[in-house]
Order: sequence, then C-alpha cells, then structure tokens
Amino acid sequence: MATYLEFIQQNEEQDGVRFSWNVWPSSRLEATRMVVPLACLLTPLKERPDLPPVQYEPVLCSRPTCKAILNPLCQVDYRAKLWACNFCFQRNQFPPAYTGISEVNQPAELMPQFSTIEYVIQRGAQSPLIFLYVVDTCLEEDDLQALKESLQMSLSLLPPDALVGLITFGRMVQVHELSCEGISKSYVFRGTKDLTAKQIQDMLGLTKPAAPMQQARPAQPQEHAFVSSRFLQPVHKIDMNLTDLLGELQRDPWPETQGKRPLRSTGVALSIAVGLLEGTFPNTGARIMLFTGGPPTQGPGMVVGDELKTPIRSWHDIEKDNARFMKKATKHYEMLANRTAANGHCIDIYACALDQSGLLEMKSCTNLTGGHMVMGDSFNTSLFKQTFQRIFSKDFNGNFRMAFGATLEVKTSRELKIAGAIGPCVSLNVKGPCVSENELGVGGTSQWKICGLDPTLTLGIYFEVVNQHNAPIPQGGRGAIQFVTQYQHSSTQSRIRVTTIARNWADAQNQLRHIEAAFDQEASAVLMARLGVFRAESEEGPDVLRWLDRQLIRLCQKFGQYNKEDPTSFRLSDSFSLYPQFMFHLRRSPFLQVFNNSPDESSYYRHHFARQDLTQSLIMIQPILYSYSFQGPPEPVLLDSSSILADRILLMDTFFQIVIYLGETIAQWRKAGYQDMPEYENFKHLLQAPLDDAQEILQARFPMPRYVNTEHGGSQARFLLSKVPSQTHNNLYAWGQETGAPILTDDVSLQVFMDHLKKLAVSSA
Amino acid sequence: MQISGAAAPAPPPGGLGYGPPTSLASASGSFPNSGLYGSYPQGQAPPLSLAQGHPGAQPPQRFAPPQASSFTPPASGGPRMPSVTGPLLPGQGFGGPSVSQPNHVSSPPPPQALPPGTQMTGPPGPPPPMHSSQPGYQLQQNGSFGPVRGPQPNYGSPYPGAPTFGSQPGPPQPLPPKRLDPDAIPSPIQVIEDDRNNRGSEPFVTGVRGQVPPLVTTNFLVKDQGNASPRYIRCTSYNIPCTSDMAKQAQVPLAAVIKPLARLPPEEASPYVVDHGESGPLRCNRCKAYMCSFMQFIEGGRRFQCCFCSCINDVPPQYFQHLDHTGKRVDAYERPELSLGSYEFLATVDYCKNNKFPSPPAFIFMIDVSYNAIRSGLVRLLCEELKSLLDFLPREGGAEESAIRVGFVTYNKVLHFYNVKSSLAQPQMMVVSDVADMFVPLLDGFLVNVNESRTVITSLLDQIPEMFADTRETETVFAPVIQAGMEALKAAECAGKLFLFHTSLPIAEAPGKLKNRDDRKLINTDKEKTLFQPQTGAYQSLAKQCVAQGCCVDLFLFPNQYVDVATLSVVPQLTGGSVYKYACFQVESDQERFLSDLRRDVQKVVGFDAVMRVRTSTGIRAVDFFGAFFMSNTTDVELAGLDVDKTVTVEFKHDDRLNEESGALLQCALLYTSCAGQRRLRIHNLALNCCTQLADLYRNCETDTLINYMAKFAYRGVLSSPVKTVRDTLITQCAQILACYRKNCASPSSAGQLILPECMKLLPVYLNCVLKSDVLQPGAEVTTDDRAYVRQLVTSMDVAETNVFFYPRLLPLTKSPIENTTEPPAVRASEERLSNGDIYLLENGLNLFLWVGASVQQGVVQSLFSVSSFSHITSGLSVLPVLDNPLSKKVRGLIDSLRAQRSRYMKLIVVKQEDKLETLFKHFLVEDKSLSGGASYVDFLCHMHKEIRQLLS
Repeated sequence: MATYLEFIQQNEEQDGVRFSWNVWPSSRLEATRMVVPLACLLTPLKERPDLPPVQYEPVLCSRPTCKAILNPLCQVDYRAKLWACNFCFQRNQFPPAYTGISEVNQPAELMPQFSTIEYVIQRGAQSPLIFLYVVDTCLEEDDLQALKESLQMSLSLLPPDALVGLITFGRMVQVHELSCEGISKSYVFRGTKDLTAKQIQDMLGLTKPAAPMQQARPAQPQEHAFVSSRFLQPVHKIDMNLTDLLGELQRDPWPETQGKRPLRSTGVALSIAVGLLEGTFPNTGARIMLFTGGPPTQGPGMVVGDELKTPIRSWHDIEKDNARFMKKATKHYEMLANRTAANGHCIDIYACALDQSGLLEMKSCTNLTGGHMVMGDSFNTSLFKQTFQRIFSKDFNGNFRMAFGATLEVKTSRELKIAGAIGPCVSLNVKGPCVSENELGVGGTSQWKICGLDPTLTLGIYFEVVNQHNAPIPQGGRGAIQFVTQYQHSSTQSRIRVTTIARNWADAQNQLRHIEAAFDQEASAVLMARLGVFRAESEEGPDVLRWLDRQLIRLCQKFGQYNKEDPTSFRLSDSFSLYPQFMFHLRRSPFLQVFNNSPDESSYYRHHFARQDLTQSLIMIQPILYSYSFQGPPEPVLLDSSSILADRILLMDTFFQIVIYLGETIAQWRKAGYQDMPEYENFKHLLQAPLDDAQEILQARFPMPRYVNTEHGGSQARFLLSKVPSQTHNNLYAWGQETGAPILTDDVSLQVFMDHLKKLAVSSA
Repeated sequence: MQISGAAAPAPPPGGLGYGPPTSLASASGSFPNSGLYGSYPQGQAPPLSLAQGHPGAQPPQRFAPPQASSFTPPASGGPRMPSVTGPLLPGQGFGGPSVSQPNHVSSPPPPQALPPGTQMTGPPGPPPPMHSSQPGYQLQQNGSFGPVRGPQPNYGSPYPGAPTFGSQPGPPQPLPPKRLDPDAIPSPIQVIEDDRNNRGSEPFVTGVRGQVPPLVTTNFLVKDQGNASPRYIRCTSYNIPCTSDMAKQAQVPLAAVIKPLARLPPEEASPYVVDHGESGPLRCNRCKAYMCSFMQFIEGGRRFQCCFCSCINDVPPQYFQHLDHTGKRVDAYERPELSLGSYEFLATVDYCKNNKFPSPPAFIFMIDVSYNAIRSGLVRLLCEELKSLLDFLPREGGAEESAIRVGFVTYNKVLHFYNVKSSLAQPQMMVVSDVADMFVPLLDGFLVNVNESRTVITSLLDQIPEMFADTRETETVFAPVIQAGMEALKAAECAGKLFLFHTSLPIAEAPGKLKNRDDRKLINTDKEKTLFQPQTGAYQSLAKQCVAQGCCVDLFLFPNQYVDVATLSVVPQLTGGSVYKYACFQVESDQERFLSDLRRDVQKVVGFDAVMRVRTSTGIRAVDFFGAFFMSNTTDVELAGLDVDKTVTVEFKHDDRLNEESGALLQCALLYTSCAGQRRLRIHNLALNCCTQLADLYRNCETDTLINYMAKFAYRGVLSSPVKTVRDTLITQCAQILACYRKNCASPSSAGQLILPECMKLLPVYLNCVLKSDVLQPGAEVTTDDRAYVRQLVTSMDVAETNVFFYPRLLPLTKSPIENTTEPPAVRASEERLSNGDIYLLENGLNLFLWVGASVQQGVVQSLFSVSSFSHITSGLSVLPVLDNPLSKKVRGLIDSLRAQRSRYMKLIVVKQEDKLETLFKHFLVEDKSLSGGASYVDFLCHMHKEIRQLLS
C-alpha cells in the first residue's frame, strides 16, 4: 500500500489535492455506503516553485455549458488538430496559434506533469493592491503605541504602488484623507448610525455631482481617480504623511466614564470601509484590515452594551437565548461580509483584547471573504507583531503570499456532481448540470468566490457519485475533475490556475479492497471534521457529536473485520487504523466542544480550522506531542497523560499553542543548574532541543501560536494538561506502569472510546 | 439752516403761551379740508415747495400766514381767539427774546411756569395764579421748563408773531390759512437742544424717586444714589397711575427699557461686585427679591421687611448690623447693595447649571466656504482679520489674557471642524457630512486657548482660503451649522457664542432647508405677516436647545439675493445674538464696515447663559417682554447671551392699587456667566412715583422710551396681524393718549385746539416716523430681507438707538465756522431744511449720508473731495479723501465721532443733490411725505388732531 501513500503525497505536492477516496465507487448507492463522502481538500494556490506560469491564455472547450480547459487527459487528434473534451466529449478545433502541434511538439497543458498549470491573463487593466487599515483608537496607551508602530512598520513592507487608506474609530469613525499638505483632513461619521453604501459614498463625496457642469464632463474619469485617491493613496506618495498621521493618532478623546466600556463603533467603521471600497474599487484586490481592542459597544453591530457590569455574552447566555445583541450584530456583519465578497475584497480582523471582542458576531467578515482572523491579548505582544508581519511575507519570487478575488470553478465528468464546499468562500450561485441537489457545506453551485487567498488556504470540496447502481463502470474507467481558479496575483496580474485530476472507478461490490486501500484516512478525517464543524455552526453541539459517532460506527462496520458481537475480534486495516483516533480527538477538540472556550475563541478556532491545509488541520485535530529524553532521540508520543513523565521534556503543538513542558525531574535539574556545568552539557543540549524545534514551528506558522514554556507544577502547565485526555481508573496504560500524571475528569480516555467503538461496531443491533 | 441763520433775536413775541403743553389750536374749519387728513391728500406741495432759505420769510406768504398760524383756525375764529394766550407772554420775561419753543404754543415757561397742560390758554394773567392751582408740580422735571432757553432760531424776526399758533393775538388772524406752518409745530431738534442745554451740564443724581432723566440725546453724567442709572433702565413714565383704571384711561403704556449690561462712560464706575459668601446673596424668603436699598430694616436690625412683597425676614447673623437713629443700617454706605441702585452679587453654586460652577465660555467661528463666500473674498479677509482679532477677546477686569476658548468650523453643504490642539504640528480637519444628524466629531483640541495654540491657529487661518480656493460648491446648510456649534458647547460643557458668516439661502438637503418664498405681491395683504414669520419651525426648536446650552448665535450675512432673513434670524434673535447684513458684499467697499462690526462684536463684553427676572412691588407686574431672548415661562427672560448693546423692553400692568406714598419699585435681576466664567447676579433697582392725578403721569413721561416701546410692540405685531391693523392700532393708541390728556389735564379750551402734553409733544412726529418705517410701510426698493432685518434689529434696540433710527440726525456741515469744533446743531429732517449751498450729514445709526447741495462753493468741494467742481464728485462715494485742510479734517473727524457713538459701523454714502441716489437719501427725511405713501409730519399731525377730536366728541 506504500504506493498509495506515495501517490497521495505526490498528488498533494503537484496538484494540492487530497481525496478521501482515491479509487471511486462507481455507483451512487455504493458511494453512500462508504460513509465518508467522496471529497477532496484543495489548496488552490499551493506554492509550486517548480511551476512557472505560462504566458498565454487557456484553450476552452467550445460547448457553452462546459468550457472546460484543455488538459493532459484530453484525447488529441494531432493530425486533424482536434481535441476531445474529457468532460463533455465535445470535439474542439485547436485555435490558430496551435497549428504547429504534434506528438512531439505539445503545448505544456497537454503534458502529464502539467496536470496543474497556471496561465497569466494579459487582458484587463491591472490595478494596484489596496490595503485599508481600520484602526480602533479605544486602546490603552501602550497598546495603541504598539499598534501604531506595527502599522508604520507595515508601510515599509507594502509594495510602493499599493494603495493604502486609513480609517480610525472609537466613539466616532474617521476616514482620513491622505493627500493633503499642511492640514490633515478626515471625514467623520457618527458611530451609532447605520448608513447605506450610497449615503456613505455621498458623504465622502465619492459620488459624482448629480448635475455636473459642462466642462466637467471630459474631465470626468480624471476626476473620479482624484476623488477616490483622496482616501486611498499609493504608499510611495504618502509614506511620510501616513507615518506622521499614525504617529499623531490619539486615543479616542471622548471621556470614558467609570464603570463603562469605551464606546467603540466597529460596526459603522467596517460598514464605511466596505462602502468606501465598494464605491471606488469594486472587483479589484483589496484588504480591509480591522484592528480592534475590544467589543463593538454602540451602533449597528454592537455586541455588548457599554455598562461594564453587564458582561459580554458567553456560551451559557447564548444557549439561554440571553445574548440580546448577538443576532442583530451577526446579521449586520453578515450583510457586510456578503457585500465585501461581492466586491471581491476581503476583511481581516486583528482582535487583541483580554476579554472577548465580538469575533463570534464578526466571524462572517473573515470567513466569507477569505480574510485572516487573529486573536491575541494585546497589540503589544510578539504574537500580534509577528503574525502581522507575516501577513506581508513574500514568496521565492518576492511576491506577497496573498492573492485576491479568486473564483474557483469545479467541473466534473458526468458520473459526478458537486455537493458543496467548506472553507472561506461564498457561493456564486452558478447552477449547472454538474451541481448536485444534495448540499454538503456551501452547495448549489459550481463556482465559489474566495476574496482573499494565501498559498495554504484549503477548501474542502464534496462530491456526489451519480452513476446508477447497475450502470457499467464508465467509459475509460476514470472520472475526472477540473479545478479552475481565476484570481488576482499579488503582482496584480490576473491568473488562472487549472488543475485536472482523474481517478479510477471501481465496482464497490467486487473491488472493495481496491477502494479500501485507496482510502486517505487523514484527508477523510479532516473532511469529516470540516463537515462536523460546519454543522456545529448551525446545530446543537451534542447532535453533531452524535452524528460524528454514527458515521464512525458505520465506517467501522463497513470496513472493519470482526465477528459479530465479539468486540475483541475487531480489526481495521492499515488505511483505516488511525481514523478512529482522529475522530476521538476531534470530538474533544475546541472545534466541537465549547466548554471552557468563549464564543469568540470557538469562532477563532473554527475559522482557522476551515482554511488550513491538511497537515495543519491534523495538528489541530490531534495535537502533536514530542518527547525529549536521555532515552533516545526525540520521538512523538501518545497524546495522553501517561506521556507526562518526570524525566521527559514534552513539546506539544496544538497549532494555536506551542507548549514546552519540563518533567518534574528535569525541572529540578534545571533548577539546580546542571545545564551550566560543563560535565552536563548533554543536559544543556536536551534542554535546547525542544526550544529549537519550537522555534522552527513558530517561524513557519500563521498565525503565530501562543508560545508557552513551562514545567511540572507551573501555572501554564494547564495548557498541556487540558489537551491530554484523561487518565481515569480504567486507563490501561496506567495499570501497573509508571503513573504519568493523573488528571481527573469526566472525559473518556482513548482506550475507553475505542472499546466502546468496537462494541458498537460489532453489535448487530 | 434755520438754526444758524436767522435766529431772530427779535422779540419773539409769540412765545405766547405759556401754555405749557403745546397747544395747537386749530379750528375745525381752519383746514381747508380737514376731512382729508385722513388720507393725507394734501401733502402735495406745500411744505416741499418751501424755499429752503428762509422759512420764515416766504412761507408765510404762500401758505397760511404765519401770523394766523395755521393752528388758529381763523374760520371759527372768534371764539377761538380768546383761548389764545394773551400776547404778552409771561415767558418773554424770562427767556429773553427768544424764549419760546418754536411753534408751539406751549411756552417756554418761565421757571415758575405753570404746570404744563393747565393753562393753555393762559389768560393774559401772569403765571402765578396757575401756579397755585398745581401745587404738586415740580419744576425741574420737565425739560421744557428749563430756565435757559436757547434762542429760538426758527423764526424770522420779521414775523414776530409767526411761531405762535393759535394763541397769536397777532394782527390779522383769520386769514384763510390752509396749512400748518412746519416751523410752527413741535420740533424734535428744539426739544433735544433744550434738553441738552438745560440738563447736560449737571450730573443726574438718582437719589430721588421718580425723577425723569435727561433725554438720551443729552450728554450727562449719572450719580448712582440708590436708583439704577437711566443707562440701565428707562421708563415710559416715572409716575405711575395708582389704579389700573387710570392707566387704562390714559392708555400710556407702562414700560421699562432695560439694558442690564449697558456700557458706561469712563467717568462712571461699573457696578460693584458684592460677595455674600457661601450662603449666597441675601434675598427675601417669599418673593426672592434681592437685598437692596429699599429693604426696610426693623427690630434694631434683626429683621428686614421686603420692599416688594412686605414679607418680614430674619437677618442672618453674619449680615446683622445695628441701625442708626433714622432706622438706617450703620453700614448702609459701605454696602453697595444698601446704597446703590445697581450692583452685582457673586453667585454661589446654587445659581449654576447642574450645580457646577461654569467653565469659561467659548467662541466658535463658523465660516461659510461656499463658492460665493470665496469669490467675494470674504473668507480670505475674515481669516486674515481673525488672526489679529483673536488677541482682543473680551477679558474680565485686569485679566492678562481672555479666558475664552475658541474653535473653528467651516462649511458649505458639509461641515469641517478643526482640531487646533497646541501639540499638533498642523491643524486637523474633520469633515462631517451627516448633516441630517449633526454631531461634533472631536472634543479635545476643538476649543483651545488662543495663546497656547497660536501657531496651529495661524496655520489654519492661512490655509482655509487656500483649501477652498477652487471650490465649486454653491449650496450651503444652515441649521446643522448652528446645531454643530451648540453640540460642541454641550460637549465641552460650557456656554458660548457662535459667530456665523453665511452667504446664501440654505437650500442643500438638510434640516432647516429653506426655499425662496419671497413674494412682494403679499405686501399690503393679510398674508404679509408670513413674510416676517419663519418658514419652518425647525429654527425655533433649535434656538430652544441653544438657549438651554447657553449658546448665543451672532449671524453675519453676506447675501447676493434673498436669503430669508426672517427665518435665518430666528436663532440669533431667540438666543440674544445679533444679525449683521452686508448685501452684495464686496471686499473693497464693504470691508471696513464688516471688519469694524466684527471687531466690535467680538470684543464686546458679553454675559452668557443668562436669566433675567424683573420683580415689582405689589400692585404692578411685568406682563410682556420684547427683545432678543427666549422665554419658556411667563416670568423668566432667558438669554443664551447678552451683550452690552442688547436691550429688553418690559411692559407692566396693574394687578392692584398702588400707593402714592410708597411708590412702585422695580428690581431687575440678571443672573449670568461673565466672560471669565464667573457666575454673577446683576441687580438694578428703580423706584417710581405713583399718582392719583393724570396730570402727574403726563408730566413725567418720556416720549423716546414710549416710542421704543411702541415700535417694538408694532414690530412684533406684524408677525400676527396685517400691517395695516398694526398701524391703525398705533394711531389709535396715540390718539387716545393725547385725547385723555386733552380731556383731563388741559384746561378747557376749544375743541378745535390741539393741545399736547409738554413731555409728549414729539409723540406725533416720532410716531409718524415709526409708521412710515420700512417695516410698517415699505417703499418699492425695500426688500423683504431688509424689512425682516430691520424688524429684528429694532427689537433689541435701546432708547437712544430707536430715537435716532426713527428720526435721523441731519447735521449741516458748512453752516458753522470751521473753527467751531463742537458738533453742529442738527436741523429737522425735511427737505425744506436743506440749502443747496450746503453740505449735510445724515445718520440714523445704520446709514450715513453726506448730502452735497448743487451750489456748494467750489472751495468747499475742493477741500472735501479734492475735485474741482460739484459735477466731478462721484456719486455714491463711500470714503472721503484724506486731505490736509481744516474742513476735510473736521468733516472726517465728525464722521468718525458719529461712528464711534453707534454700535454698528455706518457706511458713508455721498449723495449729490438731484442725483438718482438722492431718492434713497430722501427716504430718511422723515418729516416729509415719503414716496411709499408715508405722511408728512404736518399732515400726520393734522390727522392726529382729527382723531383726537373724534375721540373727544
């Protein structure tokens, strides 16, 4: 089966795609019996240093309903200069430019290694990238100072021709005009009043005068450029200006009364930012970057009142339907998010506060537009500063690792239909023959819009096999899917990336082994998890867990080997062996469990879970625990309390946190200062090893994880202890062995979970 | 002209009567068509045709023979004669040759003269007898009795008898006199001159109750000895009828014109500030009147009886003082509140809004930067001026710098606020476009101390004209601007003043948006009143909010066309602000006027967030108030701002009998925040006499004050009634006043004789001026905006202002020798007084004309205008060239001194005789018939006479 692993890996590297099943059951009925749907994780802009984009446009199938792009799977008649579309079987003429092709002279898109290929579109005006900072001024002095510095620093990271704008808010919202000499101008809005896009544009003077004077007519385009540029200016022009402006930024000057939260008009500020870009630069790449230090407390989108004695909503309040602002606020931000998405812009939220700041309500802003959501305690932390800096990191070509306004189109061969997608995207509502009626995630369409992308952004895309039960295995024996991502590259080029993949069909009745062997349990776990998390957004937590359990049990029943009613006989093949464990950890992950998490945290975790690639997603589901000891080289150990031993150093990576934990003995040694003694240099190295590894993870991860360095008995050890499953009286590993660290909780341990699973799987009831 | 000239030293025989009150006897038949007076048909020629030169000489021939004096109607002749005073006038004895008043009968009575009114027809007999009949009479009270009478310039000597009317025993009376001789009717000029001469020399001491002060036109000093100076309070009458029946009979309005913060001449001390410590000013427990010199201390000083409500109050221990043998407190003279009529108390925190001492007030300059304002150069001019003007914000006492903070806003159809915090390197502009829902975008840095933020402010003022230099925005908003200013003050928790510089009708979509509704067709219809009413109620409610915040609004208008002053001035009007209007503003010609007004307005001492309450002793009650303020209940006058020029007129009515002995008391208490932010109470007290005889009332009246009241009453009336009704009401009331006098005070005489009380002999002429003013009888060239503007101006004028406004001063410049440095004596405002060989200045407080006669000597033309002849003088010139010759210096000096006397800068207009601008000028010759149909003085007097006779019969 190693071949399948290699195949999967190669596919992921080349195409950024991982399927739950790599051999597809050939009928609808069989496919549903497989429990885990046919689905894939797609990383549309996976970094491919080895893939230079081609400088011409793709060749499209001429059938208007198809328009698939010429790819290596197409059959080509070199003599007749014809190609057959592998999706609709339409025969197409090659365009005139392809007259010279032959078997030996193939264009790149016909070569098998170019199953993924990127085209650069030369048409259309390129417009510079736009960054609109929306900055909360209701911050503590040092927080604001830190934020100002970060923002000033970011100016130096932006490409010189990028347009940048600034909106600040507190009790009021100020849109700063950046082009003025001698006096700084801003437009001020009341923070309590919801304004329509039209009103905002009128008030900002962005609409052209109703009755332009005659001489204004020829000058109109120019005027328009001038008008919009008042608020959005090329960095190289207003670098100094903006730096000064940021430098002079004051805390919100309105008096804060005792016992009240500062009045923060986040809802209006965002609405204005959206309206501003909507009116000036629709459909070009733009990032609205919201920096906020607390919950919106007034106006549309307010999340909590300004009375400090009323705390911000908790899960408990939400369950009791006690969160009085939540629905309205959520609706407000959803409306904004949808408008933003329609304009092709994205919204980032950088929320740094000790308490919640309303991410639950605002999450759609990032989730629907592909923006980033970053949560921290303070702007004055390296967590924020480095995360923010990383936004502007560049790839090997010196381009930003960001792309904008992507449209992802999926085409399938006839036996498949598209059920939906889960990820930071919105539906474009393009119905077509290949769109299924059964929705999984955001469905009912074959195209989605992803307004902000980075190379790791990954969507889960779900399919449905529609081949009828008794129909033969389709012609050619392979099913094909084409992913077409049209986007604005950070170099402002318009590009199209096309990935075409094919998989074998297999008859599930007699070729189940094949299908089973081609199961990708990691991808499946993530894909199922995405489904679960997607459901959890709208359903009660226990229902989702029950659903997950049922799916797991059914899967085990289908693919396990066992004797009925005999749990001990239960076995799973290698390709399924880890899957139950993933599900176990998923069940207790913060994505599905809200206990001990604030609503904001849950939203934050779910946000990241819905956009990270497979590896990171797996880390999120099942944190990784490495052990460092004198017993041997660092090794991964079971995520269980039994792994906590006195003579070990543990490094845990939960994606959001990196925890280094020194076992009791190690901690004592360190306290005694052995590491400083030359004769114990090996101890020094032991101490250093996890630090280095942690550093490595920190370097690569976005957002920056919380970095915790603690030891046995340290208060911060809770970060570790809360992740490892419990050790309860019936934990086998504890039996007669070194005791590890007992943690008393109601949670079941993996062992108990597995036992139950086996019992249920083999039961015939 | 007459003045300088012909004063005949001759024996003015005619003075005749001492009939104190002016009596103008006219036989009913005497006027050819008396019936016509109603319609003033006769206005035609007569008066106008008078040769200017010598009224004395020719007119008689033309018209009524002087001797016969029109007044004495020959027709019915016979009987009348008797009434006429004997030829020998007692008066003569005194006054020397020219004793008598011009034309009236009333004599310039000798000092011991008779009570006015009594003896019109003074029999030949000497005065004394009469005297006896009126024991209570006090000589000095009536100006007209001054012993010193200036020579009567008016009559030509040749006609000794001329001036006298009715009483002329003169020769052939019974001629067919068809007209009144203009010289024979009471002359304002004469009255003013007489009062100046009689009362200008000695200080007016306020110690005695019920004294009538000198006229407003007289320069006099005041010594406060227990009653408020007439600069603060003037009354229509200083002797109030004891009963309401009497008051109703007389129809003389009882009103006081109060100017609580009036500016005093340097020789007079401003009110002392008294601090009663933590317990606050001492007040009567019942009526809350403040401690004053009329409070009666009893029981050895342990208690005091309130002089207003008679309540007996305990004297708090810290205020206790022993009484002397007269029952007066020993410390009476050490305490201003016990010895003076006007003083101030320091207010305690109880007198402050929200029980918090106020912060210093703020000034916010709000500048229209729409196309019109930029193009006219206004914005540039204003910004330049503000840079230096900000150094002259009002200061309190010896303070080194003003406590007042300033803020800046510019606007067109959106508003721009400026952050000029001292720590900023450059000003910040904040645009608020949400005019529908105005708010203040910043707190810190909007209102700043001028000295701290000087560099930022200067930089801002430099940039404003540049920033908007290319503006194309023509639309403006208005209500949101005021709203913004008010909100800013609210946010800063202080009172203050907005200076609005506005150019156009606010037609941009916003609250308070206005339409052009000017419609001249409405004039003289029942709907005319709508022109004076605001077109939307939005401004009233806005004003109300402003008042609550202590936000006073001063509005400077620079309209090129109709801007609806009636609506725009609502807020300034209700907040105690001022409106200035510069139609078709152009920097070159109007800058001096605007800047001068602006400087004065900014530097003016102002009180903020004020409440004025007028308390009276039992028996009368303040019932009505006129002026620029807001009232939310019936007693408290709320003034967001009150400056030194603002006047409130208060009308009183009886609600009980008054007592002759105790008189009537007024106490005006003004609670305000000074410009340094100190909360104070200014108290003015005034004691009046009460009378049971109507004659006492008529003898102690003040016509100028009466006119002030009547004008304000009428000007308010036009808001609710047709203008015609308002005019008729005035005429009727005036007739009733005079008829009552005639019936009750003047001794019996022929019904055909017009007899005027001495103190009111100018009432007809002044009233006529009010009736023909632009508001009540607009000429064709007067715009609706002008009328609304004048209407609101008059509402807060004081007596001196209304006096000159309605009866302009006309000063001949070339009559008196150049060396003579005093102001030349005025002449009557009539064209027939102009001589074409002379130059005249005319001013009414708002306008200033220099009229040049067609045959003025060339030398004079040369030395004033630096041109060779009359025809080279530019008509409409607004500045006289600065020339180094005595005449030029004198005239320019005179112009400067006139301007200095007025609260607004008067722009000079040079008018040449027979030029088209002359129409404009003639509009101000108020004794003449006006083009818009206003009656001449003579005609009006006749009409008045007829009305009176009707009432009497």
